[in-house]
Amino acid sequence: MPRQEECLYTKEHEWVFRDGDEIVVGITDFAQGELGDIVYVDMGETGRQVNAGDALGDIESVKAVAQVYAPVAGEVTAINEDLADSPEKVNQDPFGEGWLVRMKPANPADLDALMDHEAYRKFLEEEGH
Amino acid sequence: MPRLAVPEPPDDLEPELRRSEPPPLPELSETEVLRHFARLSHRNYSIDDGLLPLGSCTMKYNPRVNEQLARLPGFAAIHPLQPEETVQGALALMRDLERFLVEISGMDAFTLVPAAGAHGELTGMLMIRRALLHRGDDRRVVLIPDSAHGTNPASAAFCGFTPEPIASDERGQVDLAALEARVPRGDVAAIMLTNPNTLGIFESDIARICELLHAHGGFVYADGANMNALLGISRPGDHGVDVLHLNLHKTFSTPHGGGGPGSGPVGVRGELVDFLPVPRVVEGEDGLLHLSTDFPRSIGRVAAFYGNFGVMVRAAAYILEMGPEGLRRAGEDAILAANYVRKGLEDVLELSYETPTLHEVVFSGRRLEKETGCRTLDLAKRLIDHGFHPPTIYFPLIVPGALMIEPTETESREELDAFVAAIRAVVEEAHRDPETVKGAPWTAPVRRLDEVKANRQLVLRWEPSAD
Repeated sequence: MPRQEECLYTKEHEWVFRDGDEIVVGITDFAQGELGDIVYVDMGETGRQVNAGDALGDIESVKAVAQVYAPVAGEVTAINEDLADSPEKVNQDPFGEGWLVRMKPANPADLDALMDHEAYRKFLEEEGH
Repeated sequence: MPRLAVPEPPDDLEPELRRSEPPPLPELSETEVLRHFARLSHRNYSIDDGLLPLGSCTMKYNPRVNEQLARLPGFAAIHPLQPEETVQGALALMRDLERFLVEISGMDAFTLVPAAGAHGELTGMLMIRRALLHRGDDRRVVLIPDSAHGTNPASAAFCGFTPEPIASDERGQVDLAALEARVPRGDVAAIMLTNPNTLGIFESDIARICELLHAHGGFVYADGANMNALLGISRPGDHGVDVLHLNLHKTFSTPHGGGGPGSGPVGVRGELVDFLPVPRVVEGEDGLLHLSTDFPRSIGRVAAFYGNFGVMVRAAAYILEMGPEGLRRAGEDAILAANYVRKGLEDVLELSYETPTLHEVVFSGRRLEKETGCRTLDLAKRLIDHGFHPPTIYFPLIVPGALMIEPTETESREELDAFVAAIRAVVEEAHRDPETVKGAPWTAPVRRLDEVKANRQLVLRWEPSAD
């Protein structure tokens, strides 16, 4: 389980953790709190090529359906199958068992454009949260 | 008794395939059934019990006289397959209603077929797609503001378009600069816009937005969900929109929710008229009205027959009763009522945007949650204990902890005062005794429902119990 300080972040409240030449993607604790109780997670198929900003999949909560966006371009190599039966893991453990997908970035240097933990913390403050 | 429509099983049916006893259908006496439904009706809350302030739903009073008119045998006892010459009155009503809607909205022509708002969206977007293909243009992007109803991107996607969100600015309106940067790229098929939008704010750049889309070969789809605010005051057709759906079950007072089916007529302008669905009511050379399918460019049928006719009768009656002055008064009073509530609550709840609002107002529950730990959901549930149906909550999505209130024009000042007082009492209680608010409702027939379980474990079918 990645420590929050070691992750990179997007403005859409996804976290990214580098694991060798792959990355793990999830949504932040703030994002799960805003969504409320999550009832359904659909991250589509593995083996897909996505561009940065493309929809990776949907998360449905009792309040709303939210899209999760690809933080960088690359291939979706795995999805968290456990979430089909236990979507509440995204609420309970967003940085651990609630991870969403693994990706292989097309260009690892793209990750440099993301925020580090300190920058994300400031971003949340600026947004008034 | 009429003869049973289900044929008897043939004589040569294998014995093991025959039932040995009747199917276990539920059987109850008339008294039991009557009491069951009477009991349910006591537990229900409807517009007949009090204010139903659901934002963007326009839960106005449904005049009883319209119910009587819709039950006249000449309207209620006709059949869709009856010969046209025997239903001339019904066809005349449809023709008249189309004309009324044309005049009210400023569009060129209407279809009454779509059975609800989202069905109207689908119909409208299919027409845009067909019109583009007719030009030999396969562009696919449909821009949708982030304050829009979720049905907008869904309808666009159903028609093969790619929905793309467009941000709202600090006014709570479409970000015109972002639009001016995006549209000239030439791949935008349409924008879907609700006006006034779901924040209750009039999109004051609407004329410029229409010009911009048209200059670059795109269409403007207007979602008429909030048309109540514009009745008799301003016409979407005059703003320049190309397609508009109306919700007869909102703006034109026909029952909705559990009270009856919807109706989502679609109006179009200019080149799109040719693509309207069939059948259309036309006047023949024989002086009779006919339902014609002879429109070669039409997108075809979007329903089996002609839409929800009983709803059309109620809406036409409403329009005739109100007249032009009455409709304008309805629009003005809807705006007045919403602003009365806004004024009554803006010192205790956080407004989402400072921009003036029309027929509805959206507050944010964020400050209340920070100060008291009570969420918008808790506030809504506690309102039930005060005898009110809660407003729409958590929509639009761009407002954190949204509380979206649309009182409509059919509420008295006393009812609005009582509603404002109830919300003020809950906010005050949230500061003093948050646990009572978080545990609500306390007096409803059922306590707090388990929404997570309801979403995860769908039980959609009655099954006989084991015993």
